[in-house]
Amino acid sequence: MPEKQDEHIVIVGAGTAGCTAAGQLAREGYRISLIEKESKPGGKVNNWYQLFPDRRKSEEVLKYLLGEIDNPLINISLNTDIDSIIKEKKKFLVTTTHGELLPADAILLATGFDLFNPERKEEYGYGIYDDVITSVELEDKFHSGAILTSKGVPPKRVGIVHCVGSRDEKVGNFHCSKVCCVTAVKQAIEIREMLPGTEVFCFYMDMRMFGPYYEELYREAQEKWGVNFIRGKVSEASENIEGRLLIKVEDTLAGRPLKMQVDLLVLMIGIENSLSGKRIAEDLDLKIGINGFFSVLDNHYGNNLSNMEGVFFAGTCTAAMNITDTISHARAAVVEIDSYLKSQKKEVEV
Amino acid sequence: MKNFGFSSIKPRVIDYDKNNRTVLDYIMEHEPSFALCIGCGGCAATCSAARFTDMSLRKINILLKRGENDEVRRLINKCMLCGKCTLVCPRGVNTRNVIFLTQQAFKKLDNYAV
Repeated sequence: MPEKQDEHIVIVGAGTAGCTAAGQLAREGYRISLIEKESKPGGKVNNWYQLFPDRRKSEEVLKYLLGEIDNPLINISLNTDIDSIIKEKKKFLVTTTHGELLPADAILLATGFDLFNPERKEEYGYGIYDDVITSVELEDKFHSGAILTSKGVPPKRVGIVHCVGSRDEKVGNFHCSKVCCVTAVKQAIEIREMLPGTEVFCFYMDMRMFGPYYEELYREAQEKWGVNFIRGKVSEASENIEGRLLIKVEDTLAGRPLKMQVDLLVLMIGIENSLSGKRIAEDLDLKIGINGFFSVLDNHYGNNLSNMEGVFFAGTCTAAMNITDTISHARAAVVEIDSYLKSQKKEVEV
Repeated sequence: MKNFGFSSIKPRVIDYDKNNRTVLDYIMEHEPSFALCIGCGGCAATCSAARFTDMSLRKINILLKRGENDEVRRLINKCMLCGKCTLVCPRGVNTRNVIFLTQQAFKKLDNYAV
């Protein structure tokens, strides 16, 4: 067991990155204040039913994360946001929205992401037609054990639209959200599993199967589950006289426009830097990249470092990431923070 | 009847709900590997027939899946069944058999057997 350290670290966000880093830093002997704006830790993992690529229950990963923060050196504050962070010389003073004053030797921002609001893509009819839903709302349906349309019946055909709010200049997002393609494949399989008689169509611009076993899952979706993939970005959805959704898309591989009726349209909403993260960036003069996420000091060997000494990043506040990469990124942040604090200590001794 | 030089234009849009996918069903039943096509076009690039005709197996694959059978019917007999497409397919689709089955399905359709 490493010896107890004097230094105190404030971690903002108790999602995948925050919990991972908190656990590891506490095991190194550091005292941690973990600030979470929601009513429970675990972040966005709480949203999901099963996780790609192996479709394990999200509860298993949640259990791991909660186990990480089960440490007397970690003090978690829920329903709490950051009011201000002030840097004085090498130290920080963090004020929470509950008026707590937390002196800190280092700050780790693990503020995560916000989901794209699909009402901004009005042409898809979210908020207008009841059977246009988001990928997160589909997860809720999986949780409830029944996939039903607004009419209370199982859909005969489901359309899944990729890249909603990602790779789209019209909403100011140039970046790829990375995780939505494989989420679409996972959800398509889950629909086919729960409703074997339901046709599923994925409408994609490119299939970006970047992670281990993602391409294999895509293949499984075609081979075992009969999921259909049509290359083209859906341009609009409208309701016809029977109350079914009519979608229009260019079938780019056929080189011709295509129209089709669906009973449920699922929008794969992308991810953006969180508003709470952006507020902190403004407060501390942290640089924001052209993708809207926190700008790291070096894209290759310094992607936990900010432009302010003592402020570190972990997870999806720097870029879109899956859970695996988020955990790795958070563990790397621990190494950076540890060596930073040790170098500070040496400076004082000299 | 005089048509005064007018003619109706067939819409280019693929009407998925109106199209008939009997040929596709026949292929899927006998060659399930057809589901694995990702439209990469490797088959079309290596195709001997494509050097001199507008035959494109990539396009045929897509059209079959949409039920656009008229165009498929026009293209499918340009294949010489050399099988080079099967050798290059990265997804292991038995493309030669897909063509064979398509030709077979049309023949059966014409004899009202499908």
